[in-house]
Amino acid sequence: MKQEKILEVKDLKQHFDAGKKGVIKAVDGISFDIYRGETFGLVGESGCGKSTTGRTIIRLYNATNGEVIFNGKDVHSAKSKKDLKAFNRQMQMIFQDPYASLNPRMTVKDIIAEGMDIHGLAKNDQEKTARVHELLETVGLNKQHASRYPHEFSGGQRQRIGIARALAVDPEFIIADEPISALDVSIQAQVVNLLKELQQERGLTYLFIAHDLSMVKYISDRIAVMYAGRIVELAESDELYNNPLHSYTKSLLSAIPVPDPEFERNRERVLFDHSSYNPEGSELREVKAGHWVLCTEEEMKQYQV
Amino acid sequence: MDPILDVKNLNVTFDTYGGKVQAVRGVNFSLKKGETLAIVGESGSGKSVTTKALMGLIKKPAGKIPEGEILFDGKDLAKLDNKQMQKIRGKDLSMIFQDPMTSLNPTMKIGKQIMEGLILHQKLSKQQAKERALELLNLVGIPYPEKRMNQYPHQFSGGMRQRVVIAIALACNPKVLIADEPTTALDVTIQAQIIELMKDIQKKMDTSIIFITHDLGVVANVADRVAVMYAGKIVEIGTVDDVFYNPKHPYTWGLLGSLPTVDSNEEKLMAIPGTPPDLIHPPKGDAFAARNEFALAIDFEEEPPMFKVSDTHSAATWLLHENAPDIEPPATVKKRMAGISVEGERQS
Repeated sequence: MKQEKILEVKDLKQHFDAGKKGVIKAVDGISFDIYRGETFGLVGESGCGKSTTGRTIIRLYNATNGEVIFNGKDVHSAKSKKDLKAFNRQMQMIFQDPYASLNPRMTVKDIIAEGMDIHGLAKNDQEKTARVHELLETVGLNKQHASRYPHEFSGGQRQRIGIARALAVDPEFIIADEPISALDVSIQAQVVNLLKELQQERGLTYLFIAHDLSMVKYISDRIAVMYAGRIVELAESDELYNNPLHSYTKSLLSAIPVPDPEFERNRERVLFDHSSYNPEGSELREVKAGHWVLCTEEEMKQYQV
Repeated sequence: MDPILDVKNLNVTFDTYGGKVQAVRGVNFSLKKGETLAIVGESGSGKSVTTKALMGLIKKPAGKIPEGEILFDGKDLAKLDNKQMQKIRGKDLSMIFQDPMTSLNPTMKIGKQIMEGLILHQKLSKQQAKERALELLNLVGIPYPEKRMNQYPHQFSGGMRQRVVIAIALACNPKVLIADEPTTALDVTIQAQIIELMKDIQKKMDTSIIFITHDLGVVANVADRVAVMYAGKIVEIGTVDDVFYNPKHPYTWGLLGSLPTVDSNEEKLMAIPGTPPDLIHPPKGDAFAARNEFALAIDFEEEPPMFKVSDTHSAATWLLHENAPDIEPPATVKKRMAGISVEGERQS
């Protein structure tokens, strides 16, 4: 794969003012690159800042600090309306909850075509309808569904509508924030297969945010593990699973239930001492080619042995 | 050994504006002392409704149990009225719910919520109940129990709340503990802690557990036996090894095949096509037939009975009939079964 950067995140910070309690540092200085055509997985437990990262990248929030460079341009610098519109077309998002993310008062056609209207992608209604029908078929629904409302669909079907909506403006980059967490196991597999197919056909790049590590491993080329607003480890998926270095990654991996009774009987869990976590003086360092760990210089030497 | 709980031909229906939903359609299983039975299935398969029926929590008049027996301690729970059921619920049978955020009373201190059942069922004095509540909080691993007793649910994290819910469920030493997706709302590391806690307590108190979940990884960890439910019926039941290493029902194949394995990077996942059937009008024949690539002609005509595979294992699929063609499980599932054990060796 040609290693062309589509997205560069540099020292991104997102702090929320929480009134009396002070400032919540949801994302506290993270940096990573995403290459064109790859799937980049971002995993972590609730509250680690993974969703905030995704939302800040697509500029749903204005970053407190840091840069997000997409196709060579800074997303967060002051922009004209025209530039923003162009950016919005290139980057789209698929949300976690297929029940809350579709407007219940709009028909499926209007939901999918909204972006096309905004960007003026269809010359007339006929063309728009044809495009919506095509998109519905792409995601495994059919033409008849276009005139229906979201409540007439199951969770998996709604998620397909969400995917069709994201695809409507021909984006290059899609942020999928827990797109399968709300779905049943057998339906999850359908949606993951669909995402993979679309990636192959259209050369899409994904940022895949999730807490289900086995699915992330399956879909991602590279994975970053987040903890308390920072990335603690970043590596290719196989490398991360076979050779985790940071103690948090180890504990997270050892807690995944594996659908194999024999394995479960012999499971040994690695515990992570949350009180011992102190990122002071640590930064993300490349321990070996492509494998980054949050550590101090001394720790890095230990990892390299 | 005699089973502690015996469910026979349980049926549950709900009247809705759309018609009568047949949520549970003839479920049979038994539960032995000290064992864990996991019930797995997709949303709407009837797994939660089954356990609600056991607890007498089917809301009348819309919900009914038109047929079936729930034999527990010489009584048929399906026939008891609410007053009689109240004496059993929380004492002999107790339940842990999915969402620890909503299953505690937000306006009541934790200690009082635990003591409530003790005073009601075990007729303890306030002082005795307090001591027992402290013991229970210790048992479920909540630090500083004296201080925590006087706090409200919002002062607890999700994992800690679930521990409190478990303490409440265990308060009266129940014979059967029903856990309805107790870890689904929790993070994986917290999930692992709660599961360890439940297993530990089971060992100490010899409780029987019915564990409802859709996560096959969790099932592999907690269960002694597994029942797979689809469209209101148990389609396969057996020991955890039977179901994971020798699955017979195509739906079980589908469930196992739709999970990624460690070395399955390049292949497609074996998704089950379509969606579950509408239980207002359950399909004729085998409810899974329309989504089943191995369906035989008879599947669309007649419902398959339970075929016995071994003493511990049975499955409801015509593929097990002596006249059925020999059909091997799909390659991905076979590979998966082989692949899994490789994975086990690798990590252990």
